[in-house]
Amino acid sequence: MLELINDFNVLTAFWMTIRLALWSSLFALIIGTIVAIMRLSPVGVLQWAGAAYVTLLRNTPLTLIILFCSLGLWGQLGVEPASRTSDTFIVDLNFRLAVIGLAFYHAAFVTEAIRSGVNTIPVGQAEAARSVGLTFAQNLRYIILPQAFRGAITPLGNVLIALIKNTTVAVAIGVAEAAYALRNMIEFRPDVILLNFLIIAIGFVILTLPTGLAVSYLSQKLVVRR
Amino acid sequence: MSAQQVLFDAPGPKAIRLYRILAVVGVLIVAGALGWIGWRMWDRGQLTADKWSPFLDWSIWQNYYIPGFWDTARAALAAIVISMSLALLLAMGRMSDLAPLRWVTTVFVEFFRAVPVLIMMIFTFFFLSRQGWFPDNLNPFIATVTGLVLYNSSVLCEVIRNGVGSLPNGQREAGLSIGLSSSQTRRIILIPQALTAMLPTLVSQIIVIVKDTALGYIILYPELLTRARQLGSAEANVVPAYIVAAALFIVINYGLGRLAEAIEDRQRRRSRSAAKATGAAAMGGDTGGVAAGVGMHGKIGTGSTSGTAEEGY
Amino acid sequence: MKQHSPYRIAAVLAASALVLSACGSDDEGDGGDGDAGDAGNGATEGEASGDGLTIGIKFDQPGLGLQEGDEYSGMDVDVAVAVAEELGFAEEDITWREAPTPQRENLLTTNQVDMIFATYSITDARKEEVQFAGPYFVAGQDLLVTEDSDVSGLDDLDGRLLCSVTGSTSANNVQEEVPGVQLQEYGTYSECVEQLANGTIDALTTDDTILAGYAAQDQYAGQLRVLGEPFSEENYGVGLNKDSDQCEEINEILQGFWDDGTMETIIEENLGAANYTANPDLNPPAEIGGHCG
Repeated sequence: MLELINDFNVLTAFWMTIRLALWSSLFALIIGTIVAIMRLSPVGVLQWAGAAYVTLLRNTPLTLIILFCSLGLWGQLGVEPASRTSDTFIVDLNFRLAVIGLAFYHAAFVTEAIRSGVNTIPVGQAEAARSVGLTFAQNLRYIILPQAFRGAITPLGNVLIALIKNTTVAVAIGVAEAAYALRNMIEFRPDVILLNFLIIAIGFVILTLPTGLAVSYLSQKLVVRR
Repeated sequence: MSAQQVLFDAPGPKAIRLYRILAVVGVLIVAGALGWIGWRMWDRGQLTADKWSPFLDWSIWQNYYIPGFWDTARAALAAIVISMSLALLLAMGRMSDLAPLRWVTTVFVEFFRAVPVLIMMIFTFFFLSRQGWFPDNLNPFIATVTGLVLYNSSVLCEVIRNGVGSLPNGQREAGLSIGLSSSQTRRIILIPQALTAMLPTLVSQIIVIVKDTALGYIILYPELLTRARQLGSAEANVVPAYIVAAALFIVINYGLGRLAEAIEDRQRRRSRSAAKATGAAAMGGDTGGVAAGVGMHGKIGTGSTSGTAEEGY
Repeated sequence: MKQHSPYRIAAVLAASALVLSACGSDDEGDGGDGDAGDAGNGATEGEASGDGLTIGIKFDQPGLGLQEGDEYSGMDVDVAVAVAEELGFAEEDITWREAPTPQRENLLTTNQVDMIFATYSITDARKEEVQFAGPYFVAGQDLLVTEDSDVSGLDDLDGRLLCSVTGSTSANNVQEEVPGVQLQEYGTYSECVEQLANGTIDALTTDDTILAGYAAQDQYAGQLRVLGEPFSEENYGVGLNKDSDQCEEINEILQGFWDDGTMETIIEENLGAANYTANPDLNPPAEIGGHCG
């Protein structure tokens, strides 16, 4: 088993999975928060744009979104977030394109999670904020969002876990992560196919189980008691 | 969007001006982005008649998208039906009085919830190809459905369990007090109520499944995306073929999402008139994704957060 | 009884699941495209022989084996039809099955197809499992570039972007020769061709026949060219089950096609638009036969 892990660089592959997950979740959180603010804002156009974003991204298969990042964003639109002169141009490029795809896709779910967090806040909070003269921006900044994030820990955590698992889809544009490693292992060592699967599967259990535990710990610790 | 009004006062003249400016800026950004995409695609020759005229030809739909749609639908339908049945069994197992049965089902559920669907599909596909139990052209279908079922039955099992857990205690006590055994109570009283309450979740889980059938692309299951790729290969218009496939997916899933919301609305209306203890409250359980999906009265925001089944992304 | 109804629903669902999966296997068993063509020639699963002939081809390779509805076209298809005719089968008697690269041996050993014409290179490893008639054509791994590209050989690829499918041997060969090349991998060649045509990548590598098939598509007319500097030898054979007794017979038929010019016509018809001609040093194949049994 160790031999398999070494021969096929399973650890390197999982490191790639972790890097994909970290960067994508960071950007997904940022984009998702912006879209959530748009959806809560008093400007009709922004509300509409935010809703359209969520509808479009949430209903498209991730495989297609990742393919669009490579074929569309890079191939058609010429967005090239890596340096051509670099020796690792393609590797960097595919990694970053995959991060873009994963981030934009999961941002739609982050938005919904934050909105569900907002839903946990009693109306009185916002009314009190307005009655002491806070503007919309101040209201969001000091009253709504801090409570919304704390109330949304569980759904946000679920998005994170889903994201970790969804990094496997990056194999469609040739990113050497865990699913890529599994395909290689099966191609060259088909005699131990079940072991190959178990190695990769347990790798994901190791990644997602502690994440899940951390999320439920945090959600209990940070819950807004009312 | 009326409930949102609590977040801001009715705008005065200055605020109205600000909102107008923001709206114009928003429109400009969106239009600019769309315009830039259009211009780049025009530049690359993606908007020529050559690339798009095939879609006017009925045979393209007949040969690629419609069979692709049916194969997507077939895999999704098989997956949802089998997952639901399996989830029921798993939920009974997890709540069983027999400790070993509880352990086995718990390990099953936790394991398959943690492993990516794609990993399970790739494994099943190559495993079946080597075993040769089925004709080769069936393997992608079986592998796609297996991957979907293992994951979704585990998720739905937890949804059922949460639903049962959030029923009022009196339900269980009433069952026991009229002389039912605890497994009879679960079977006859608790689970049926949880099942009715989980209908919207079930529909939104179908969206997840429909989207995930597109993972079958990677193991050559001839679903919508694979067919789009074949079309792109035959007509040399890969990008337009994928764009049309994306549009189809969005339309299908948007429709399903609206259906889920409608069902949820109806149930909420109904449960409001009845004792509103059960109903939608069943969905909000501890590990459930919709932590806030419970009773919308007196909360900020726009009510429904449906479409977010647990972990279902 | 009312509270039992969810179970009844569940039971109905479970039953329909069974029915559904049973239907699924029926549909799929019908020669692999019960969903597409409704051709209705119901060769039952696992039972390739019988009245007709079941032939495995590629379904998604323009110029070689391409399925469009119930129309099949390409060089491999034409050779297969011609061979079938010589064996006494009309074109209507042929059931086409998709033979994706990783599944070809399995399709033959389990008798799901009678023969395979699918850019199927004769190799020693494959001969352990199946037998080959032919080779009927000798292709070579090569590069596809844009018409105005300055790439004229493998050496020019240093520091350039090469595209191929995941796990391609052709890409491995290039990488061994030119370590400085950067490899973009996709699931299929169609994505590579798209990226090549719009100038995002510099070259695509695989068998020159496959490359010519793409270059010969109307939509790419005048845009793409095959370099014509093959760096390997791919002997395309007709894959057969080891138990088949038709191997030698097919060898003679194939020899006949080269002798009477049928092969040249087929190549010209399918790949001619790409200005592609068979490598004259290797074609006709020096020896057709020797891979039976």
